[in-house]
Amino acid sequence: MTPEEIVGRLNEHFPQAGLDNRVDKDHAVTVAPVDRLEELFRELRDDSEFRFDLFMDITAVDWLERAPRFDVVYHLYSTVHNHRLRIKVMVSENKPVPSASGVWVVADPMEREVWDMYGIKFSGHPNLTRLLLYEEFKGHPLRKDYPYDKRQPILEETWPSRDQG
Amino acid sequence: MEISYKPQEKPPYQNAIDRILGWGRKYSIFMYPFVTACCGMEYMSVASGHYDIDRFGAGLPRFSPRQADVMLVVGTINFKNSVVLRTVWDQMCEPKWCVAFGACASIGGPYNNYATLQGIDRILPVHVYIPGCPPRPEAVLDGLMKLQDMIQNQKHDLFWKKRES
Repeated sequence: MTPEEIVGRLNEHFPQAGLDNRVDKDHAVTVAPVDRLEELFRELRDDSEFRFDLFMDITAVDWLERAPRFDVVYHLYSTVHNHRLRIKVMVSENKPVPSASGVWVVADPMEREVWDMYGIKFSGHPNLTRLLLYEEFKGHPLRKDYPYDKRQPILEETWPSRDQG
Repeated sequence: MEISYKPQEKPPYQNAIDRILGWGRKYSIFMYPFVTACCGMEYMSVASGHYDIDRFGAGLPRFSPRQADVMLVVGTINFKNSVVLRTVWDQMCEPKWCVAFGACASIGGPYNNYATLQGIDRILPVHVYIPGCPPRPEAVLDGLMKLQDMIQNQKHDLFWKKRES
């Protein structure tokens, strides 16, 4: 389907869901409310017209001064129909997002990375621990209020530490 | 009979021991390549036919730290990996040397962020720094010859001695 057809079908398929569908630079975009997200995911994967069977990416955007602080951005792709969809969800700092790992299994490590970098919680996730950083790390480094020069080394740093051998 | 050797004193024939052992050790360097990033491609080109570090007696990489003399840290080291690096260094037997290969291992390179160690000399002694991003093979050979000079001119222990560090 073309992006315009995807937007039209989203409008007729989910009339009550409160979606904000539009075409942005040849790409179908929908802004979805948090509470209907899980239902939306299942429908997008299982519906024979959509069939978004490949979960490509999930990332987040930190708008520091905006009222719901984060955007969580999903990218979906259909290997059957060769079309794409971007889903944006606005969440505040403490509100969890329903996990997509029950619908697409690959969402599991990607959501762990988003938790690692932004500190966004995913409810229903089987193992929400840090993926890339180490367990001793305090805070979430890609947040805009993380100090840019803050360092958290594991080993004690001495400089210079060369012994004359 | 009482053994009159004291560690602080210079044993007899120390200069000859230094020269002979240094000569032997500088031409039989067994490297441990700790390759983490793109400098590894330069290391491969140095190690293979055209530039050929086997001419300097360093052509046999040992992928066990217990059999290696020189640890070659090739690439970016981040905080999570620094623990592994320090463990590998501690597992190597005396006498041992360390070479920081490239800008990342020497000073952190272009990366100055929450994850990157700003030079491996903060956690372990470094004997030769090879500059470049990545260094040319000639620079690596120059660093290797500097290391050989160092090994030739330093003090060597004829017997095993326990080190404090």
